Amino acid sequence: MPPLPPPPVASQALWAPALSFNESLVLAAVLFCIGLAGVLARRNLMFMLMSLDIMLNAAALVFVAAGARWHDAAGQVMFLMILALAAVETAVGLAIILCLHARGRPTLDGDSNNLLQG
Amino acid sequence: MHAPIPHALGLLCAATTLVGAMMVITRKVVVHAVLYLVVTLLALAVVLALLGAPFAAALEVIIYAGAIMVLFVFVVMMLNLGQADSARESEWMRPRAWLGPALLAALLCAELLYALPSLLAPLPPPFAGPATETPLPPAPPLFRLGVHDVGLSLFGPYVLMVELVSFLLLAGLVSAFHIGRRRAEER
Repeated sequence: MPPLPPPPVASQALWAPALSFNESLVLAAVLFCIGLAGVLARRNLMFMLMSLDIMLNAAALVFVAAGARWHDAAGQVMFLMILALAAVETAVGLAIILCLHARGRPTLDGDSNNLLQG
Repeated sequence: MHAPIPHALGLLCAATTLVGAMMVITRKVVVHAVLYLVVTLLALAVVLALLGAPFAAALEVIIYAGAIMVLFVFVVMMLNLGQADSARESEWMRPRAWLGPALLAALLCAELLYALPSLLAPLPPPFAGPATETPLPPAPPLFRLGVHDVGLSLFGPYVLMVELVSFLLLAGLVSAFHIGRRRAEER
């Protein structure tokens, strides 16, 4: 795999952000791990959805941080895509939760609703 | 090199994000977790603003902390799990449930008020390719990619992705409507 190109030379003098690229990557990695731990450890469907949102936010943070490092707006374009994806995922997930609840399930346990009928 | 005070602010925001995320996945009551998730998203929006992406930060606040969290709150209100309604409301209104999110949000608000003048400073001139012989202009605090750059990129080389995202949103709309319609018929 070829190494990543260095950031533009003339812009280095312009760029002194509050968080460096490495710190942003560490923040995103820890945030993703917290979200993953939430998905794996919690069985409540609402908490699992929220943990999924945290993980999507971590991925979006990586895109924006990389876009800020290489001064490319494409990172924020991907951020917009992830935002739309998160909106769709949350809407459909919450609709499924409401549907399960309306069918008389007393609990939101993710393990008890492992069969969806068309 | 980092300027010390903005770097400290950035680390503070990152720490707020992580603490909020930890609190989200460890709460017992869903509403408490939603409150902490709002604070987490606001802190992440500040991180995005500090990275030089004010447009992404605004969208994070408006769409994520606004619209998506409203969806969560609506579903929590409609679900009605467990205890009686009055007991649950008194549980929500206890000041102890609001203390943690309010503390973290106050931290973010103070930081925003401190950093607002530098975020509102005029944009630097757009970056015009690799180094030239002319000396650089005096360095602004950070290089920002504003709405102008993102819009040019979004509707220039990435316009096909915009169409695909519109398909995705349409699919989500249709499936959410489908699931909701089945539920209405079965009642």
